[in-house]
Amino acid sequence: MSYIIDRRLNSKNKSTVNRQRFLKRYRKQIRKSVSDAVNQRNMTDMEQGESISIPKKDISEPVFGHGQGGRRTIVHPGNKEFAEGDRLPRPQGGEGGSGSGEGAGDSGEGMDDFVFQISQSEFLEFMFEDLELPNMVKRQLSGTDNFSYHQAGISEVGNANQMNLVRTMRSAQARRIALGGKKRKKRRALRQQLELLVEPLSESDQLQKLDIEEEIEVLTKKLNALPFIDEFDLKYNLKVKVPKPSPKAVMFCIMDVSGSMTQDIKNTAKRFFFLLYIFLQRNYKKIDVVFIRHHTQASEVDEETFFYDRETGGTVVSSALEMLGDIIEERYPPEQWNIYTAQASDGDNWPNDQPKCHQLMTEKILPLVQYFTYIEIGGNQPQELWHLYQGIQKDFSHNFATSRVEDNAGIYPVFRELFKKRIGHES
Amino acid sequence: MSPEQTSTRRQPLSTQSEWTFELLETYDREIARIAKDKFKLDTYPNQIEVIRSDQMMDAYSSVGMPINYNHWSFGKSFLSTEQNYQRGRMGLAYEIVINSSPCISYLMEENTMTMQALVIAHACYGHNSFFKGNYLFKTWTDAEGIIDYLQFARHYIAKCEERHGVEEVEKLLDSCHALSNYGVDRYKRPNPISAMQELKRQHQREDYIQQHLNDIWRTLPQKPQQQSSIEEVRFPSQPEENLLYFIEKNAPHLEAWQREILRIVRKTSQYFYPQKQTQVMNEGWATFWHYTLLHELYDEGLVTEGFMLEFLTSHTSVVAQPDFDSPYYSGINPYALGFAMMQDIRRICEHPTEEDKEWFPDIAGSNWLDTLHDAMQNYRDESFILQFLSPKIIREFHLFLVEDDDNVDTIGIDAIHNERGYQRVRENLAQQYNLGYREPDIQVYNVDLKGDRRLTLQHIMQDRKPLSEQASEVVKHLHRLWGYTVVLNSVDDQGVVKQSFRCS
Repeated sequence: MSYIIDRRLNSKNKSTVNRQRFLKRYRKQIRKSVSDAVNQRNMTDMEQGESISIPKKDISEPVFGHGQGGRRTIVHPGNKEFAEGDRLPRPQGGEGGSGSGEGAGDSGEGMDDFVFQISQSEFLEFMFEDLELPNMVKRQLSGTDNFSYHQAGISEVGNANQMNLVRTMRSAQARRIALGGKKRKKRRALRQQLELLVEPLSESDQLQKLDIEEEIEVLTKKLNALPFIDEFDLKYNLKVKVPKPSPKAVMFCIMDVSGSMTQDIKNTAKRFFFLLYIFLQRNYKKIDVVFIRHHTQASEVDEETFFYDRETGGTVVSSALEMLGDIIEERYPPEQWNIYTAQASDGDNWPNDQPKCHQLMTEKILPLVQYFTYIEIGGNQPQELWHLYQGIQKDFSHNFATSRVEDNAGIYPVFRELFKKRIGHES
Repeated sequence: MSPEQTSTRRQPLSTQSEWTFELLETYDREIARIAKDKFKLDTYPNQIEVIRSDQMMDAYSSVGMPINYNHWSFGKSFLSTEQNYQRGRMGLAYEIVINSSPCISYLMEENTMTMQALVIAHACYGHNSFFKGNYLFKTWTDAEGIIDYLQFARHYIAKCEERHGVEEVEKLLDSCHALSNYGVDRYKRPNPISAMQELKRQHQREDYIQQHLNDIWRTLPQKPQQQSSIEEVRFPSQPEENLLYFIEKNAPHLEAWQREILRIVRKTSQYFYPQKQTQVMNEGWATFWHYTLLHELYDEGLVTEGFMLEFLTSHTSVVAQPDFDSPYYSGINPYALGFAMMQDIRRICEHPTEEDKEWFPDIAGSNWLDTLHDAMQNYRDESFILQFLSPKIIREFHLFLVEDDDNVDTIGIDAIHNERGYQRVRENLAQQYNLGYREPDIQVYNVDLKGDRRLTLQHIMQDRKPLSEQASEVVKHLHRLWGYTVVLNSVDDQGVVKQSFRCS
């Protein structure tokens, strides 16, 4: 007799635990592979999963086996032209050594990489591992679109599935006690009377006994008629809808597009902006992105123009900062929005503009934003803006970070550096 | 197929390629009828489970067992299965079957009705009857108890992880896995296992070990005359081939739970030991039966020609044997060799040639069914090939014997499929399936009881074959378990140490 069982609806992912353990064990190698991948990827596919490869020898499970050498005999199928006694040159690698068809002594192929897929979310997980957005705690807000339900006491009305059984039964019992109390007391008294009438009974006693018994019967009937449970006993759990704050964030990208910014530098900047964007995405449901570019004047543009339009001219950083301040004031009140700003530049600035920048940053911008990151791209000496920002940073170390980066390959490490978890720096 | 059975041709069981549960039942009933009544296949009850392909991958990666303890290496094999499957580099096996009672077989939901029927015949009646009939499985495994035991093992290891941390347990398991091939008794017969008893025994053992640890390190002073008389008393007195067993019983510093985990790995390994020794036979037997049973269905008119065509296409690819110079070649295909040999035994019984009568006087012309059952029950790959590989198969496979000796710059063709070569090809092929020859022969040789407790192992080299480089890693694992210096010496047939691994 056979039993046929449909297991298709059984839980999937039985191997999840083992898979996680594997990923955990080889965290270091996987992270390296991820970080290589980040550097090589285009912006558009930054969020996909990744095929990770780890050198096989790192993850081998060693067992005793035979190595090369010694004398061995192997039987192979498919002889075509060999005759007994033929001597052939030893084939290199594969066929001769591992020909016995067992996996044990596979020293020949051990150098391959072990390749496997991780999902998009795991990829991001590894990418942003040990990183945190500073100053996350913040601003709670109106404009919510999701709710959570909280227990809020007991109600008389509700759905059957929300009935509170304990409360219902308790109230039913209370009602029964309250309604039947008088009658029960009376019945008790009558029963006592009945007991006093002892044999032999006189005529009048007989009659009295019958009366009492009749009365007890009536009372019992009435008591039994009390409903065990009545409609107004029913009690329901009351749930109330509580609006759940959904944090919103706005990310400002500020870039210098003056003549000194080459396409390469812009690409590097884009990489940085993009990383920040997906990092924010992991923490906030809704993110607005505002692109501000500037030369001597600043303008708010769309993404395409921001990255690919060419312009020339001098550099007045304060124009962008001023615009940033204005936009925050107009559209993103800081009590409702988490504001992140990323600025990329080659560091050029018109010297006379420096004091104004300093003033804007310290008075208007840094007090409002959650975090301000500045990267200076290019292999040259630090430029004007760098020096200026270094000065400011001392006073705003909790929400202002600066870093210098040379090219694409440096972006991810710098990003990690800027957002590294700060131990004991909880805000 | 057989002329004496001329049953009336009936309606086919199905004509569509979609399967339904009713159809599965019908096919299973018909196949069971033929298997039992006509071919005397004795099986455990069947439990057929229909699963999705991702569940198949899960089953795959925990060495085919429905439950197992957690370990990263199973995750690794899951990832590589997944990768290969998604890249289309590998089809999943159509079936996994578990040596348990009831015998659990998995069917994948994507398969067509034909494939399901093939799997039912192959796994539920082929493999199943092999598990029940073959002497190795009878002696070494306990089909009734295995699922319970694995359940016990899983809980026990999970509990250890809670108590001692995942990392500790994982390290220990790594070391055990490295030695799992050396955790089997090759000659002693193990006791059957039962989860309940196991649990009770485990508590007793724990208490006992805690109290008595450890008689080889007794601190009582030895009698002086004993010490002086024989310097060279070795411990163990006989070399021990079951390394995990030796360590479980004798390692000085292992805690009770660690010994228990060693035991679990050892028991699991022992359970799979017969499967490693009967690959060719087991697959050959199952393939022979799906082939025979489905043809029988066809002869009775229960399946259509279309069904047979689909079945034969798949069957042919299963038993294909690429030549040694083909890019697809990866050793001898156990399905191909096993199936060919099983078919050949039937042929020798039914239509023996002169050559067969000379080579197989005992079975030529005998009842094929009895002979085949006898072969299935009483052999393993090595002896099966030694006994039954016929010159005809050697010719069909064009088998040839290569000798590769590192003392000579060229390799030599030692024997081919001719009169002078048959015997030697056969002996050497049989040898190839001898686990004792395939795996290096390593035994516990001595423990330095009076000195630094050094554990010495001996590798007896066969045909001068050295150990692979991995050996030094394995010795590190041994050291982790033993706790003191471990030395592994490779010794040639003169007793000269050729290679030495050490971890202290």
